[in-house]
Amino acid sequence: MELGPYILLASLEGAVTAAVLALTAVGLSLVFGVMRVVNIAHGEFFMLGAVIAWFVAQTVGGHPALGFVAALVIAPLVVGAIAAAADMTILKRIDYDPERTIVATIGLLYIIQQLTLMTYGPEARPVEAPFNQRLAIPWFEWGEEGFEFYFPWGLSTTTYKLAVIGAAGVVLVGVWLMMARTRIGLLMRATQADRDMALAFGIPVERVYALVFGIGAALAALAAVLIVPIQQAHYLMGADPLLLSFIVVIIGGLGSLPGTVVAAIFIGLSDGIISVFFSPTLAKILATLLVGLVLVFRPQGLFGTRAA
Amino acid sequence: MSATAKTLTLHLGLLAVLFALQFVLPAYHHGNLARIMVLASYAVGYNILFGYTGLLSLGHALFFAAGMYGMGLTIQYAGFTPAPALIVGILAGAVVAAALALLALRTTGVAFLIVTLMFAQAGYLTILYFGEYTRGDEGFVIQAFDRMLWGIDLSNPENRYFAAWGLFAVCLLLCLRLVRAPFGKTLVAIRENEERVRMLGYNTFAHKWGAMVISGTISAAAGAFYGLLFGYAGATFASVQYSIFPLLWVLLGGAGTVLGPFVGTLFMFYLIDLSSGVTTAYLLIVGVALVLLTLFAPQGLTGELRRRVWRWLP
Repeated sequence: MELGPYILLASLEGAVTAAVLALTAVGLSLVFGVMRVVNIAHGEFFMLGAVIAWFVAQTVGGHPALGFVAALVIAPLVVGAIAAAADMTILKRIDYDPERTIVATIGLLYIIQQLTLMTYGPEARPVEAPFNQRLAIPWFEWGEEGFEFYFPWGLSTTTYKLAVIGAAGVVLVGVWLMMARTRIGLLMRATQADRDMALAFGIPVERVYALVFGIGAALAALAAVLIVPIQQAHYLMGADPLLLSFIVVIIGGLGSLPGTVVAAIFIGLSDGIISVFFSPTLAKILATLLVGLVLVFRPQGLFGTRAA
Repeated sequence: MSATAKTLTLHLGLLAVLFALQFVLPAYHHGNLARIMVLASYAVGYNILFGYTGLLSLGHALFFAAGMYGMGLTIQYAGFTPAPALIVGILAGAVVAAALALLALRTTGVAFLIVTLMFAQAGYLTILYFGEYTRGDEGFVIQAFDRMLWGIDLSNPENRYFAAWGLFAVCLLLCLRLVRAPFGKTLVAIRENEERVRMLGYNTFAHKWGAMVISGTISAAAGAFYGLLFGYAGATFASVQYSIFPLLWVLLGGAGTVLGPFVGTLFMFYLIDLSSGVTTAYLLIVGVALVLLTLFAPQGLTGELRRRVWRWLP
């Protein structure tokens, strides 16, 4: 394959990564924005979403689409409920102190991960995609007989991958509508702006916090359900999404939702392209260093203008 | 007895007990305790930054690994003998800590934590990237004939115990001396209220920088000794887990107490040791311990002891 089709393929794969990453990172960003805490267990909620999707798909049986749709509904709800429960039993009791929250969510990370290992086991298991047609992509170039189309070998994508990108877009618009147009979004923004003032105005801040923590985790779970037909469910799969979401949230500006989406697309695409041409490890080294330096020299993020 | 005399009696007493234990312990616990003392030295280093200065770092594995690889790689590829290799390891940790501190201390709170985490992660990935030399996750063994320090064979359990005890004694007494010195008192003041300390005319940045360098150097010393005493260097020691462990040990034992790191390491080591007989998912215990600690005993074991009984405990 020549360079042109190669880059197109890498960007297509990168776009799928970017779509899933955007959902996961928006969940993390929402929690940070409203609650001012960093949830280290976010990657484990992602993993839990994938594992629950597998359980649901196994239980439902029948046509793969049936199990998948059921998983798409059940996994985020269950994970959201678990997260909200963790918020009310643990985070609320330590009063959302930023550093103690981090320690507690590290604990939560190990608890969720190891319980999954004990029940689900160490195997990686796939969930069947509801539909999965292969689409060959044409490429054109100036040949000896002028402008010609052809289908390079290996340059293809699947309908499912395109659907993932579309679904992520729909959900992101949904999150934006919720934040900007609904009453609950208004309550969240009020809590984000000034917690004490919100409390004084009779907003049930603690319930808003539990809800936000639940929604953040549910978004991660949703992203995992979408990716699990492409990438198998495994009990250690939470580490990479966590690291990448961190990178995205920081580069996009802590707590800024539009910045997070822009950064997710940027990181997803460049990760895809760099990984194709260089070693994936090198791509990760560069990304982590970039995050460290961005936080040191530009704490508001590359795309953010608001102070974090 | 004055507080100073009590303090000295307690800490020297602990060191004496640890020294004496090597003659009575059965082989298995003898080996464990040697390991615990090296890891506790790591925790002592961590505690200086976290417990006394109030800076929560998730990147100490970087310093631990800098010490370990600084020592291991020079033995492996430069043909160094252990003594200069240890020095290289410790210096490597000090340099890394000094450089990272310059960057990371420009941030505070959660941002500081993430910056240290990110740089440690980059360090871990770098070790994997140069897998040709470092052997990545698999790691490499430091052969027994390379582990002769001044004619003493460190692969022998008795000598190993003695070396671990020596390292721990130096770290513990250094920490004790540090926190009783004006420098240490300033660090505690910074932890309690940085703005006020700055207003009183102290250079808080220089103090925090110094604390991070000392903390990183002690961690690197622990890493270098760990590699040398147990004859192995691997990328696992640079992973996030090894940044979280000292945090856990210090929290459990009591942040901001001199004895806390040792108590926490001892307790956690045996908790994991005993539980691994029941289940392989020993990290579950780590998770539960972290959550319970943040909920019910943010002061840790020694911290509670200080709060309730020995108010003079440093």
